[in-house]
Amino acid sequence: MLRSLLLATALCALTTAGALAQTAVKIGVLGDRSGVYSDISGEGSVVAARMAVEDFAKIDPSVKAEIISADHQNKPDVGAALARQWYDRDNVDMVIDGVTSSVALAINQVTREKNKAFIDTGAGTADLTGSQCTPNTVHWVYDTVALANGTGGAMVKRGGDTWFFLTADYVFGQTLQRDTTAVVTKNGGKVVGSVKTPFPTADFSSFLLQAQGSGAKVIGLANAGGDTINAIKQAGEFGITEGGQALAGLLVFSSDVYSLGTKVAQGLVLTEPFYWDLNDGTRAFSERFAKQMNGRKPTANHAGVYAGTLHYLKAAAALKDVKDGAKTVAKMKEIPTDDPLFGKGVIRVDGRKIHDMYLFEVKKPAESKDPWDLYKTLATIPGNEVFRPLNEGGCPLVKG
Amino acid sequence: MTTIFGVPTQALFGQLLLGLINGSFYAILSLGLAIIFGLLNIINFAHGALYMMGAFVAWMLLTYLGLGYWWALGLAPLVVGLFGILLERFLIARLYKLDHLYGLLLTFGLALIIQGLFRNQYGVSGLPYAIPSELSGGQRLPFMFLPNYRAWVVVASLTVCLATWLVIEKTKLGAYLRAATENPTLVQAFGVNVPLFLTLTYGFGVALAGFAGVLAAPIYSVNPNMGADIIIVVFAVVVIGGMGSILGSVITGFALGLVEGLTKVFYPEASATVIFVIMVLVLLVKPAGLFGRTA
Amino acid sequence: MADTAALDAAPIAAARPVSRDDKALHRKVFAGLALALVLAPLVLYPVFLMKVLCFALFALAFNLLLGYGGLLSFGHAAYFGMASYVCAYSAKVWGLTPELAILTGTATAAILGLVFGALAIRRQGIYFSMITLALAQMVFFFSLQAKFTGGEDGIQAVPRGSLFGAISLEDDRVLYALVALIFFGGMLLIYRIIHSPFGQVLKAIRDNEPRAVSLGYRVNQYKLAVFVLSATLAGAAGATKALVFQLASLTDVHWSMSGEVVLMTLVGGMGTVFGPIAGALVIITMETYLAQFGAWVTVIQGAVFVLCVLLFREGIVGLFARILKKPL
Repeated sequence: MLRSLLLATALCALTTAGALAQTAVKIGVLGDRSGVYSDISGEGSVVAARMAVEDFAKIDPSVKAEIISADHQNKPDVGAALARQWYDRDNVDMVIDGVTSSVALAINQVTREKNKAFIDTGAGTADLTGSQCTPNTVHWVYDTVALANGTGGAMVKRGGDTWFFLTADYVFGQTLQRDTTAVVTKNGGKVVGSVKTPFPTADFSSFLLQAQGSGAKVIGLANAGGDTINAIKQAGEFGITEGGQALAGLLVFSSDVYSLGTKVAQGLVLTEPFYWDLNDGTRAFSERFAKQMNGRKPTANHAGVYAGTLHYLKAAAALKDVKDGAKTVAKMKEIPTDDPLFGKGVIRVDGRKIHDMYLFEVKKPAESKDPWDLYKTLATIPGNEVFRPLNEGGCPLVKG
Repeated sequence: MTTIFGVPTQALFGQLLLGLINGSFYAILSLGLAIIFGLLNIINFAHGALYMMGAFVAWMLLTYLGLGYWWALGLAPLVVGLFGILLERFLIARLYKLDHLYGLLLTFGLALIIQGLFRNQYGVSGLPYAIPSELSGGQRLPFMFLPNYRAWVVVASLTVCLATWLVIEKTKLGAYLRAATENPTLVQAFGVNVPLFLTLTYGFGVALAGFAGVLAAPIYSVNPNMGADIIIVVFAVVVIGGMGSILGSVITGFALGLVEGLTKVFYPEASATVIFVIMVLVLLVKPAGLFGRTA
Repeated sequence: MADTAALDAAPIAAARPVSRDDKALHRKVFAGLALALVLAPLVLYPVFLMKVLCFALFALAFNLLLGYGGLLSFGHAAYFGMASYVCAYSAKVWGLTPELAILTGTATAAILGLVFGALAIRRQGIYFSMITLALAQMVFFFSLQAKFTGGEDGIQAVPRGSLFGAISLEDDRVLYALVALIFFGGMLLIYRIIHSPFGQVLKAIRDNEPRAVSLGYRVNQYKLAVFVLSATLAGAAGATKALVFQLASLTDVHWSMSGEVVLMTLVGGMGTVFGPIAGALVIITMETYLAQFGAWVTVIQGAVFVLCVLLFREGIVGLFARILKKPL
């Protein structure tokens, strides 16, 4: 019964497509709509995807895209079940967003199994384009290796050559510390100590005291979400930055900085691939976005959803059929990327999207004109330097 | 510099002091739980959610009414306490004749509702709440930089705990309360309005949680999940202390804060679990808890 | 204040000796369930059904402890989740066949249940609940930090493998048959335990512990035994779930999972034989269809909790049992 129903839907879709000569595409935005990452992802991702569909329709009306969305609650089992159901029953062709590494890896598996397409914009794990890479996945915005490269490398070059890590005591935090340590030592810096903090930790005072006592020039925060926010807040309380130590966030988004406020977060150094106030293209996009989001500016993840959707639609228009996910992703890798948010770039064979990243410092309250005036740019890090070299990830798609 | 197990004594003092500060929160929360349990025989699972509510009320007072920290310190416990009185009157009071487990289940459900509503309204990234200007900055002690606010937390918490203890142990009101804990029927026969007593006790117990919430607001981010994690730790504190005495719960709270502080220095990975490990040890040696009476 | 009041109405009704008449009714219900298990995958999405069955078994195991042992554990996620991790690990890393992986997971839960049970039964009532919760929280932190669990990522891409090395479980329908068998077997086992002399003693302890002691029963041994049985069956459910979703994650060891299984049992009717199955079906369906509402799910779950405790303590099946005047 189910099969005949599916067949009927497919036939129906085929006839309408035939009549209008249109390519039908169904996009599922699978993000966090209620949890810690709902500011980074959430409704903003749906808005960004919709904007991409609208913008592409102006250029090329031959693709008819439909968007659905759901909440994976940051639980890999929920994310995997939703993706499975979307692919099995709801004829979704591509899933985008996938914030949180654990969920992203789960969607990655299901997508490969069902031969659909997955554009991840929110997760940090570099395994998506490393040992877990598949021909069906594109990893757009950033990964932990790039963040480590960006913040670690640039900080050492600017004189921050002794480091102390506050590391969230689980795989993610340990990976972040390991990657950053490698970069710091490669650039001639030294790691003088680290402390493993239980996850989640509400009170960082004890660990901050240990960091303060170490005399390191840079305190690296190898954690995320609520942990990072608490650590930054309490670092202010204990006068860490006033004492001359710099705080380096290894995974911080503009929405985190916004909710902390510049008074608390001032002086924090971090790496991001996108900031709303970078150039005319990003400003125009952000203004349109903010109008639909109660004045909130887009995060890097939102920018990635927009750019990723746009590029996927380009591939769809070129192929006229997106039922074969691997083929669509191959097309995406073939066409060079070009959008107003990330500029010109490419998608590598392992699925890694390459673009520049920026080292930002959070402004002092006196320099900040309004609550969203958050960053000043310290350095631009070219895409070919910031991301992990193709042959080091261990992705089976890379030959030789 | 003298060292103990490779850690400079000075750093150790700092860590002990910080442990005491965390212990302050455990003490106030377990005190509230102990009072409620003593009289109502209910384990108040909603305690964490009401602690969170205290922090949020402080934030709302500031954001919507422009009332600062000191106002919040008085008003937020009052609001939370009144809310608790409503909960007791309309929901919890219906369960006194039933098994205690239903009280636990009911308050668990309430905790889910309260947390869910706040999460819907305010998201989970946390809201900023600044340290009051009178208490910003800090003292440079010989062994550490002590933010004034943290010192205030210890003082405030000790004061509240002591005051509560004095009221319960030394006043007539407290005597009624203790008597009602021992034998409610007899106290009722003497003409004391026991149901009213129960309501007010619950209100006071959760007001303590609200107070702890206000104290916590400037340190931690004001966040709907802030109560969910701490409540389980406080449960363990309560099991260790044994809820036999009011003073016992306070002492256990502070002592475990210290132990946790030390763990953060010597073996930070275990600092999240150390209290549970102690709980297991206490259960093996003294099943009724350190200050508990055998049931 | 009630001191040692027994859990009210519904469980007491169930404590009545089972007549031949009741047994015949139960046999009919079992037959009906078996038929439903065969027919359901023709209409419903098999992955959803498998999820319901895993949780139903979990709730049944939990109910064995609460409804018949009178012990409210607030940490059953520990056994469910740990079994799921060990099953996933042994299938993925050691390459065990599915049946062995499930057995390994279940055995882990049994051992964990033995250790935690021995500690927890030293205290009664709500203390017991708080201790189980605290112990489960320890397991949660362990799972978060340990290498083999993969932290937040969990253990992913667990192979479903081939049963006895011969029957591939890749097809959802084949796996469904296995899950349905495990569920049915678990249910029959629990039914057998409840109606054995052992089960009768348990009920006696639940209703009046001092009297059971004075009758010469070693109360603590009985309590520990039922605790271990419950943990083991919860483990079987968790291990099976790991294979269904090919994933073991922190969700399964988190305290909210412990709360969820309490909710299922409460909604279905604690102390009834079939209640937890109905409860699991209702709660999982609710979660699946409410998933898009985000945090409202928590609010609704909380509201269901409150309503059940205040107005609907006997649960769905308990209500039917009262109408039929027969234990279900």
